[in-house]
Amino acid sequence: MAHKIVSKKQLAENVFTAEIEAPLVSRSRKPGQFVIVGISGEYSERIPLTIAGADAEKGTIRLIWQRVGKSTAEMADMKVGDAFEIVTGPLGRPTHIEKFGTVVCVGGGIGVAPLLPIANGMARVGNRIISILGARTKELLILEEDFAGISDELIIVTDDGSYKRKALVTEPLKEVCVREPKPDLVVAIGPAIMMKFCCEVTRQYSVPTQVSLNTIMVDGTGMCGGCRVEVDGKAKFVCVDGPEFDGHKVNFDLMIKRLSAYKGQEQAAREAYKKHKCKIGLDG
Amino acid sequence: MDEDAKLLQQLLKKQKEGRLKPSDRYKIPPQAMPQQDGTERRDNVNEVALGFTETQARLEAMRCLQCRNAPCMQGCPVRIRIGDFIEAIAKGRYADALGIIKENSLLPAVCGRVCPQEVQCQETCTVGKKFKDVSKAVSIGRLERFVADRAAGPDAVPKVAPETGKKVAVIGSGPGGIVAASDTRRAGHAVTVFEAFHKPGGVMVYGIPEFRLPKAIVQKEIDVLEKMGVKIVCNFVVGRTRTIAQLMTQDGFDAVYIGVGAGLPRFMGIGGEQFVGVYSANEYLTRANLMKAYKFGAGADTPIAKSKKVAVIGGGNVAMDSARTAVRLGAEEVYLVYRRSEAEMPARVEEVHHAKEEGVRFHILRNPKRILGNEDGYVTAIECLKYKLGEPDESGRCRPIPIEGSEFTIDVDTVIIAIGNGANPLIGQTTPGLELNKWGNIVVDDNCKTSLEGVYAGGDIVLGAATVILAMGQGRIAAAAINEYLAAKK
Ligand SMILES: Cc1cc2nc3c(=O)[nH]c(=O)nc-3n(C[C@H](O)[C@H](O)[C@H](O)COP(=O)(O)OP(=O)(O)OC[C@H]3O[C@@H](n4cnc5c(N)ncnc54)[C@H](O)[C@@H]3O)c2cc1C
Ligand code: SF4
Ligand code: FES
Repeated sequence: MAHKIVSKKQLAENVFTAEIEAPLVSRSRKPGQFVIVGISGEYSERIPLTIAGADAEKGTIRLIWQRVGKSTAEMADMKVGDAFEIVTGPLGRPTHIEKFGTVVCVGGGIGVAPLLPIANGMARVGNRIISILGARTKELLILEEDFAGISDELIIVTDDGSYKRKALVTEPLKEVCVREPKPDLVVAIGPAIMMKFCCEVTRQYSVPTQVSLNTIMVDGTGMCGGCRVEVDGKAKFVCVDGPEFDGHKVNFDLMIKRLSAYKGQEQAAREAYKKHKCKIGLDG
Repeated sequence: MDEDAKLLQQLLKKQKEGRLKPSDRYKIPPQAMPQQDGTERRDNVNEVALGFTETQARLEAMRCLQCRNAPCMQGCPVRIRIGDFIEAIAKGRYADALGIIKENSLLPAVCGRVCPQEVQCQETCTVGKKFKDVSKAVSIGRLERFVADRAAGPDAVPKVAPETGKKVAVIGSGPGGIVAASDTRRAGHAVTVFEAFHKPGGVMVYGIPEFRLPKAIVQKEIDVLEKMGVKIVCNFVVGRTRTIAQLMTQDGFDAVYIGVGAGLPRFMGIGGEQFVGVYSANEYLTRANLMKAYKFGAGADTPIAKSKKVAVIGGGNVAMDSARTAVRLGAEEVYLVYRRSEAEMPARVEEVHHAKEEGVRFHILRNPKRILGNEDGYVTAIECLKYKLGEPDESGRCRPIPIEGSEFTIDVDTVIIAIGNGANPLIGQTTPGLELNKWGNIVVDDNCKTSLEGVYAGGDIVLGAATVILAMGQGRIAAAAINEYLAAKK
């Protein structure tokens, strides 16, 4: 079944969003879950992407991705009306949504996208939401308005100070953690290194912290083990046991190393794709 | 006319005159399987065993004694009428031979290639017994493959009974699922196969490599299903996209066959398994087979490690397939590390043999103690212990006992762990009331019925890691039970 793109736009320099037809997924997905997409069957890479939102009536899901490798670059070049051959899901365990009290939602870079449905879900059941969004620079900040709508307090930081406060997300996170009463839960999603440091902050203040991991995946159903991480000293499969875990138990250092497994090869493929595009004159 | 053809003519003449004696048959040399050269095939993914010529097949078939008690049939998990199909081959009646096989087995082109015949039909064959050597038994598997490749016409689509209006869902498109779908469709039910991956075929497409089982063969069987009117829906994860309960209560399915395979790779639980370069065999083989990573940069978009030195841990078919895939992906050294001796290896003898021919180096009675890596988190070596064999354990195989202080290291950049699969918990977790055993396998009765009404299961998810033929056998039993259940259901 072809999954058509019904709308698409660029959110930031290398960040894109699209609404894609996937009626079954749109109806059964819950916050925290993801899909695996592939552009065309046989030779495509299978790419895990969090479902950033869904419209069950229209039968569409919303995806947000960053252009990093060849496949995500190809996706960035797709147009409304083009279709994905593979959209599998919803995968992973849904977020445990409950009224905790005050929930701090920390999102960094593209991690802001998967955070949105969770923040939404948490807000809907009556939690007080403090959102902390961070980006390297102003142009890379996404979904500010969406978060403004659901947050009781919204803190925005940029690494270079080009917009709002100049800081890393860990700074405001620390300030929020020392407040009385302490927040009841922190949800942190972003680059592995950001989640690692967020967890170090919240550990000091004993605030339970949930993270959502974005490891390399193949099948997304527990069949390959390529997505494994060490949690509490044991191997866990992100696609079936996660993607959310108790951040205080995740071995981020190992995970960061595993994420770099194909860096060299992917870079090369992306370069080759760019060159190819130039040759056939797509790149303007 | 060459020697073989002459011999065949002589034998046929003798037979016609009623003078062919068992002693003549014993004298026919076991026919060698033509195969791609060992060095050449290191560089391609084409099938290794090329198949008998017609003369070879008929000569091999003439070796069969037509035993009245048919011990081979007892050794066959689905009781194919082996003597009869072999006789048909000897007479050159290949279409008849195929028809006989198809009474019991739907996928002869697959089974002829991947069944462990040496522990099934060929183990009990009288000819092998006579020579006290299984490898001299009648090559039943190769004959099965010969007729399947030779006699399969394009119009071999089974007849479908008039529509019953009942709906059957088959979950998983492995061998069990294919058979269950075919048999229930033949009875006239509307059948939909749901497959999580983007390509149907189960382990036959993502696990077993092209050089052993060409994908085109599996695809042909899938095409037959579609021609019969079976609907195949890929990228559909039952338990996530829809649950079994939703399929049955909301989507109108009257019965379900669960054939989701084993598919939860085991790791060893030793240090260093998180290093980059450590793969489960499932991941390695999926990247290589299904995603065609061997074409990375030349069409395919899925990367795989560019390995120089690879250690594969395990001694089964999966381990052999991984090692031989690594060879084809360009590794300079491939080691197979197995903690028992070669006699205990569960792999098909032919695969062990092929692996050696291709230069895979066997480290027998060795097992890794930990995996070593560098600061960047990449594998650099495995530290192994030497083992010796003790008394037989519950599995009947000798227990491997580590020898203390025997540590040694092997430098490698890739480690592939092929020590088996556990049961994938997804269906169990999302299907309340479905009874599982303590290993997470689905519990079924003799008719492959689960604890839930209308829900049947078979294959690796029931048996633990088993074989293609056992999965097929269960698919067939379940389909018969489903057909009976639906006939009774108003
Ligand atoms: C590398 C390797 C080599 C092997 N070699 C041999 C051999 O030489 N000879 C032999 O006889 N056997 C061999 N086997 C074993 C044999 O392949 C299996 O026993 C057999 O395939 C099991 O069949 P099955 O019907 O249980 O389903 P499988 O073939 O396991 O297929 C199950 C299918 O279900 C799909 N699925 C899983 N979960 C879901 C879900 N929730 N929703 C939808 N679909 C789902 C999977 O994607 C898969 O396609 C080998 C296995 C491997 C891994
Ligand atoms: S046991 Fe061997 S010789 Fe006897 S019928 Fe079977 S295949 Fe032929
Ligand atoms: S992606 Fe394969 S097990 Fe998780």
